[in-house]
Amino acid sequence: MAKEIIRQAVSADGTRTIQAERSFELKRFFLQWEWMLVLMLILVNIFNISASPNYANVKGILNATRDFLDKAIVVFPMAFVLMLGEIDISVASIMALSATIMGVVFQTTQNMVLAIFAGLVAGTVCGFINGIILAKFPELSSMIVTLSTQIIFRGIAQIILETQSISGFPSWFQQVAAGKVGYIPYALIFVVVEALFFAYLLHYTKFGRRTIAMGNSVTVAKYSGIKTDRTKIIIFTMVGLLSAVAAVYLASKMSSVRSDVAKGYELDIIAMAVLGGISTSGGKGRILGASLAILVIGYLRYGLGLINASSQIIMIVVGILLIVAVAIPNLKGSVGQANWIKNLKRMFIKQKN
Amino acid sequence: MDKVKRFFSSNIREISLIIVIVVIAMFVELRSGGRFLTSMNINDMLMETSVLAIMAVGMMMVIITGGIDLSIGATMALSAMVGGTFLKSSVLSGNPLPNLLIVVIAIAVGIVCGLINGALVSKLKILPIIATLGMMNIYRGATYLVANGSWIKQAEMGPGFLTLATGKFMGINNLLIIAVVVYIIAYFFAGYTKTGRKIYAVGNSEESARVSGIKTDRVLVLAYTIMGAIAGLGGILYVCKYGVAQGETCTGYEMNVIAACVLGGVSITGGTGKVPGVLLGAILLGMLNNAMPLIQVSSFWQEAIRGGIILFSIIANALIQRNVEIKALRRRNI
Repeated sequence: MAKEIIRQAVSADGTRTIQAERSFELKRFFLQWEWMLVLMLILVNIFNISASPNYANVKGILNATRDFLDKAIVVFPMAFVLMLGEIDISVASIMALSATIMGVVFQTTQNMVLAIFAGLVAGTVCGFINGIILAKFPELSSMIVTLSTQIIFRGIAQIILETQSISGFPSWFQQVAAGKVGYIPYALIFVVVEALFFAYLLHYTKFGRRTIAMGNSVTVAKYSGIKTDRTKIIIFTMVGLLSAVAAVYLASKMSSVRSDVAKGYELDIIAMAVLGGISTSGGKGRILGASLAILVIGYLRYGLGLINASSQIIMIVVGILLIVAVAIPNLKGSVGQANWIKNLKRMFIKQKN
Repeated sequence: MDKVKRFFSSNIREISLIIVIVVIAMFVELRSGGRFLTSMNINDMLMETSVLAIMAVGMMMVIITGGIDLSIGATMALSAMVGGTFLKSSVLSGNPLPNLLIVVIAIAVGIVCGLINGALVSKLKILPIIATLGMMNIYRGATYLVANGSWIKQAEMGPGFLTLATGKFMGINNLLIIAVVVYIIAYFFAGYTKTGRKIYAVGNSEESARVSGIKTDRVLVLAYTIMGAIAGLGGILYVCKYGVAQGETCTGYEMNVIAACVLGGVSITGGTGKVPGVLLGAILLGMLNNAMPLIQVSSFWQEAIRGGIILFSIIANALIQRNVEIKALRRRNI
């Protein structure tokens, strides 16, 4: 294979990326991780179709998305967090807290619009708190900070709601999750628009390039004039806001609110982003991959549900998928996600010799 | 005088932890009207804390290497469930297995889990948090499969097994003795053996450790395997103490253990952490768990308070660290 040298440089404002010209190679094109995801998606869907005869139509396939749209909403901002080389474990707790606040505001004022607004504000504030702690204390690892805020946010939700649940939302609110245009759920449209927005933000704006630069090296990014603190705070606040949006969807789907909603969601959300090829050490990944991974894990869960697989089997499958997805690019010294087949080949050839 | 000063400045974390523990103990003692520092409650508290403290030692090793193990709650559940299943069938057949054998089975399961984690982290170079997050799912799923939807209840464990946790040796509870033994071994292992020092070296800089001839992969696998073995031990003790094993045993326990380590001054970036500090961290956390119901903190508040204390202490830790570094810089200038 012809050797190619690709140079990347980020200038002071984080805008310019100089890239050595490289010719379009068919082989390279098909060696991208995204094709692997497409393959997985096809396999999963073949599996689903064989599992249930009612699944193989547009309506069934689109309806299945409602199962995982709540998680999908948070995957894209989470991808940004992972791009920074950070992690946010508190998303599920933010969802619980903003759902709780939404429920309580609705209970006291009977005004659903105000309640939704309050929920969104609560989520945004939670994300902002995460961001500001991490920006002010860069020596603290995001995992530990969000681990403790995770306990705190869900703890606050527990203090507010104790063990009761709030329901009786107006009927139009249920349409948030149940409503459809034709066969397409509203929330799916929202997620598609969100995916396009985040893809644009990451790959075509200054902000996105700065994020990637920070993921590669925070110190270098800082010295090249990127306001790292601000970027970090914005990204974590974004996670908070979209977690709150997901909470609105979740509350509408379940038509009730409790303090223990969305428990364990953070795992699935991180798994989706990581399977999508977003490197957890920062600086690598594409929104397209994350979107495909959402579909893979989402449909896989749905399909395992179709054949009445117990939830423990689903846990094991998701765990294996997560590890395999991360392990493959690393099989021989982590060179890059696009080279995973090459690495596999090299490993086998070496063993033969 | 200079020696005293140096002792204080190098052990500032441990000393401040002791102060915090004493202050909280006094406060709780006053608020609860003298029900906290009774010998019975202290005994209860130490029993509660033993398992957490044992687990924290293993987690310390892993965190010192710069990693983290999120799968230990699931490992505890899996090894306890496997051990419990053996015990249950042997009790049903009227011929219960000896306690030691059950503990060994649990530890063996834990070792296997730890080895897998270690291999994923060292050989396949998967980030520890992702690897153990995935394995957490797998171990937890396996626990449910082994449990097959049923619980192992106190009656099915047989009275002989339960004495493991309730029994006393020379007037001291067995759990406490096990914890003390684990701590003595860990103290000497981490501080005074070659392998122990290698763990610190890898945590400080994997690259320089490798260059200086340490087989870093082996050290990593060792750290995760120790964690697995300790999780196996902790799991069976936990189940023995509470008298029930089920699929959900110890869900989220890893957070408590990590919190104990962080409170004890183990730096999550690796390389630093002391056994006495971890012990104090575990005691502080265990004391909070024990004290909050005593002073009538509503159970709904306990989670948030615990989280708040963890967050507060890691921020305080960071501030102390900054202060120490600034002082060190100043000293160099003069």
